[in-house]
Amino acid sequence: MTQSVSARKGSGDWLREALPKIVLSPSLALVLIFVYGFIFFTFYLSFTDSRLLPSFGWVGAENYDKLFSLRAWDIAVNNLLVFGGLYILICCALGLGLAILLDQKIRSEGFIRTIYLYPMALSFIVTGTAWKWFLDPGIGLEAVVQSWGFTSFEFDWIKNRDMAIYTIVIAAVWQTSGFVMAMFLAGLRGIDNEVLKAAQIDGASNWALYRRIVIPQLRPAFMSAFVVLAHMAIKSYDLVIALTNGGPGRATELPATFMYSYTFTRNQMGIGAASATIMLMTIAAIIVPYLWSELREKK
Amino acid sequence: MAGGASDTVVRTGRVSRFVIYTVLIVFCIYYLLPLYVMVVNSLKPLDEIRGGGMLSLPQTWTLAPWGSAWSTAQIGIEATGLRPYFMNSILMVVPAVAISTILGALNGYVLTKWRFRGDTIIFGLMLFGCFIPFQMVLIPMARMLGLMGLAGTVPGLIFVHLVYGIGFSTLYFRNYYAQFPTELVRAAMIDGAGFFKIFQRIMLPSSGPIAVVCIIWQFTNIWNDFLFGASFADFDSQPMTVALNNLVSSSTGVKEYNVHFAGAIMAALPTLLVYIVAGRFFVRGLMAGSVKG
Repeated sequence: MTQSVSARKGSGDWLREALPKIVLSPSLALVLIFVYGFIFFTFYLSFTDSRLLPSFGWVGAENYDKLFSLRAWDIAVNNLLVFGGLYILICCALGLGLAILLDQKIRSEGFIRTIYLYPMALSFIVTGTAWKWFLDPGIGLEAVVQSWGFTSFEFDWIKNRDMAIYTIVIAAVWQTSGFVMAMFLAGLRGIDNEVLKAAQIDGASNWALYRRIVIPQLRPAFMSAFVVLAHMAIKSYDLVIALTNGGPGRATELPATFMYSYTFTRNQMGIGAASATIMLMTIAAIIVPYLWSELREKK
Repeated sequence: MAGGASDTVVRTGRVSRFVIYTVLIVFCIYYLLPLYVMVVNSLKPLDEIRGGGMLSLPQTWTLAPWGSAWSTAQIGIEATGLRPYFMNSILMVVPAVAISTILGALNGYVLTKWRFRGDTIIFGLMLFGCFIPFQMVLIPMARMLGLMGLAGTVPGLIFVHLVYGIGFSTLYFRNYYAQFPTELVRAAMIDGAGFFKIFQRIMLPSSGPIAVVCIIWQFTNIWNDFLFGASFADFDSQPMTVALNNLVSSSTGVKEYNVHFAGAIMAALPTLLVYIVAGRFFVRGLMAGSVKG
């Protein structure tokens, strides 16, 4: 910590120049090795015959050929499309709707906001546990409604192969929609009221105000919400494990759970690495343009 | 959220206000329902849950499920309850949060006040590291931890979280320090103050708010992590989330739903408390990475 003193002397000029970079270098080294080095390593493994352990026998694109012909991967990707699409759509719709309602000079707005947002502080494992038993037909919602006398009421989505993926959507929306609401609310608070006042004087209805003036101005908030939600959807792992563990059958497998089971339990590390590579590329396609525009703007 | 933000000028009538409040309250119930389910069912005997009474208040109030979840429930092969795993999580979270926050502060300081050619690229590289699917690093990390002799240990988990936490902590401090007047730093330099002295005397004293944001964010993320814990921990170093999942998904014996709910609340309490006490900072942290301006 005394370098700064000696730095003023002539011999310390080099040190003085270099000190900031020296301070930054451990972090940079960690990131270069553990993010980029590891990405490269996994990428390389996806072209090898690794099974139980990493191995370096080159097999070209064989793992990708196998991956794309696997029914399990097909199911995982389809599930991701259904889950991700609905998740993003419902979160945005719910988030925008609640944000607009909360923006109407609501009494105790702060309190309501706190309630909407608290699920974001929970672990997906906690969320999964709560919803797993709440949606369980034996003890949860179905049993409760039946005990109220509606004996023909049925709600067994979590045990039903065709419907189980929607229970993941339900729990994930519950967890994140409040956050999306907060993003839209921040966007709404940034809108210039003068324009709205002018439009009101011209006799525009509230509906028209929102449709024509407010919502178009929320474009940046929509962009951020999309990027955040899309990358969360692709990375979804914990929630599936806690809620359904990929089942029933393979009904709720997603690429993240596929990668894990092929790599660590089925000893198909090459295929697992290939699936991880596909996940990374999908996320990069969404994140890189976003970060690029953000960093350029701030210059 | 900007402090001076103004409410909308949109006017609403009596009927529509009634509708608005009704909808808002319905959604309050929706968001609170799972928490209510967890709390009431953790306080009732098992047979009350089995009889279709998940939404009712307990007829017989009992703390037994809490005791069981904390100290006697079967986790994996041992009947230790969640207590040791709670301790693991604390031992893991504290150092990982502290170190990643300190590194983030130093990085943010360098990247804004000691700028050099290529610093934006370095920041971009760090930032992208926050968003990668961690599936991409699981295989080499497992090997690396083995090489470093940290496989299956709490220090191993600390290391992993610290490495992947640097990106976000750097992001917070960089964006915060970017608003800080560079003239003050220049003036101090002319007075002969060095790199660390400026950091300690000028930057640190005004870093309180962003440090809170960063610590809360890292704490929440690391406490709630499941993937790294499940991949790199042994039975005796598992964090809370992994132990909770083992408790809930174990297929042997009777499913003690009340114990599961009590365990879930235990896993949720630390982050929930932080959220209730410092929610404002939590929201700021959430927004910092995702909202322009």
